[in-house]
Amino acid sequence: MTIKKICKEQPEHFELTEKNIEKAKKIITNYPEGKQQSAVMALLYLAQSQNENWIPLAAMKYIGKFLNIPYIKVYEVATFYSMYNLSPVGKNFIQVCTTTPCMIRGAYKIVDACKEKISNNENELLEGKNCSWVEVECLGACVNGPMMQINNDYFEDLDKEKTLKILDQILKGNSPKPGSYRGRTNSEPEKNRKTLLDTKNA
Amino acid sequence: MLRDEDRIFKNLYNDIGSDLNSAKKRGDWSNTKELCAKGREWIISEIKSSELRGRGGAGFPTGLKWSFAPKEIGSRPHYLVINADESEPGTCKDRDILRFEPHKLIEGCLISSYAVNAHKCYIYIRGEYFIEGQKLQKAIDEAYKNNFLGKDACGTGWDLDIYIHYGAGAYICGEETALLESLEGKKGQPRLKPPFPALIGLYGCPTIINNVETIAVVPSILRRGAKWFAALGNPKNTGTKIYCISGNVNSPCNVEEEMGIPLKDLIETHAGGVIGGWENLKAVIPGGSSMPLLPKRICDTIKMDFDSLIAEKSGLGTAGIIVINNDQDIIKCMSRIARFYKHESCGQCTPCREGSGWMWRMLERMAKGEASRDEVNMLMDVTKQIEGHTICAFGEGSAWPVQGLLRHFKKEVEKRNNFNPLVNRNKNIPYLVDQHLLEKKNA
Repeated sequence: MTIKKICKEQPEHFELTEKNIEKAKKIITNYPEGKQQSAVMALLYLAQSQNENWIPLAAMKYIGKFLNIPYIKVYEVATFYSMYNLSPVGKNFIQVCTTTPCMIRGAYKIVDACKEKISNNENELLEGKNCSWVEVECLGACVNGPMMQINNDYFEDLDKEKTLKILDQILKGNSPKPGSYRGRTNSEPEKNRKTLLDTKNA
Repeated sequence: MLRDEDRIFKNLYNDIGSDLNSAKKRGDWSNTKELCAKGREWIISEIKSSELRGRGGAGFPTGLKWSFAPKEIGSRPHYLVINADESEPGTCKDRDILRFEPHKLIEGCLISSYAVNAHKCYIYIRGEYFIEGQKLQKAIDEAYKNNFLGKDACGTGWDLDIYIHYGAGAYICGEETALLESLEGKKGQPRLKPPFPALIGLYGCPTIINNVETIAVVPSILRRGAKWFAALGNPKNTGTKIYCISGNVNSPCNVEEEMGIPLKDLIETHAGGVIGGWENLKAVIPGGSSMPLLPKRICDTIKMDFDSLIAEKSGLGTAGIIVINNDQDIIKCMSRIARFYKHESCGQCTPCREGSGWMWRMLERMAKGEASRDEVNMLMDVTKQIEGHTICAFGEGSAWPVQGLLRHFKKEVEKRNNFNPLVNRNKNIPYLVDQHLLEKKNA
């Protein structure tokens, strides 16, 4: 259970764009009739992506009406799951994994890099900056640790210097290449790979 | 070392490509129709005799699980749900299957759905794996285009639709009933069992829930025969398994190996050995963060399968191996794991909600050497009060790693935290009683 700060300054109105309404209607058809509540998580994602990476309360009310379920049920879901941001975050939302497998390979150096380049505190959006960062629990790329996620992309096999370079790119408005930063393919052993060599050399 | 031809996931590192054509070259979808034509009973009995155990952590026999589903479709439809909410620290095997072997998973979905009478299959992917989900969606679209899914899927006469449902960053949704709650659009809080999902699951209908890896190996087992699969590994612990080796090793990696491979072999052959040499090893967490750690003494000889690890009071779990060497502070490592559990507790049961935070705060102080001598035993007591007193296995998952630490490294913890408690034992004050109540009595 995460403690979530709900932003004090909320917009009055929220509506999904027409394109997103189409998407939402299609998502609802994935579930049996009368079970449209299942679509609430996907709709919250749509609202989040439409509203610069965060979900205002108005959007929850809108989704409640859209799915014909009480507002509180949407609110409950939005506050339970950690990936829904209820306060504004940067256009580039940086999540640094610091759980044990990443930690023992130096994840806190990545955190230092974020503090140096972005802001001293987590979830802080400084004026004129296009990104904010947060420490998160395991992102499921443990053999590629330490790693961070920027929006949807995974940046793997990092160290402090590489992270500083990536953050520089982000701050300049570029989009650096995701994937391993030690030049290995996916999750193979870096040196001395002993398996599936036929397919590798084919 | 396992021979390459016995490996199931030939594209684990994406050397060949994950699209339909290259998947077909690897043998996927080659005789799905014939396999299904042999009938449900044959599929289930073949899986039973292959002794395949679920790859999601608990190691429940898959064939047995399938046989719990009602034999005929009654008034309620059946569902197959694939658990791709991989969030256990140390585990990243399903990610590679979703990215690089999606067709093995989709084919497995078709065969399993047929075996358990399901016309709808939901794949629950953790929200962070958005890119992986998109790759899987692409593969599903490809399969629809080639009539491998949809009406009369792959010529088997069975209709099947597969949908992807994204989670949103809750570890607890990897628990099967919490996953169902989440799929229904609610908070992911586990349900009481029984009733088991096989009878009353998603939307109150019979539901079979399996891990990604379990389903993805099903087509290969049926194609090559249960005997081939059962011949790998040890009895009751058969087949191959993707191991994720992370932490202080020279080349961390995912690798598919036989069940029951010695841990030392696995680390030295595939992961390039422990940083600083085998002698520098401190401990290994063998199965994702919820399994108790093993000290070097046990790591020297332990075999990686379900039963050998249970004999050492640990478990294979998801086979996410976290290697910790002497350069690390073991108490700090476990304290970070305790923080993970504190963060991810769903808050439904009090022992877990309060206890996970309690354990984290105590371990944090112990790492700094600020805890008193008595607190070491108190911590053990706290873990015992969480374990077995919660609705789901999260309670065990959060308590076991701490118990493992105290079982094997108690001396180290005590050495660092070796001063008298503020309340002396000779006053005979039980620590669970509120201090202010005692004062009143003494006044």
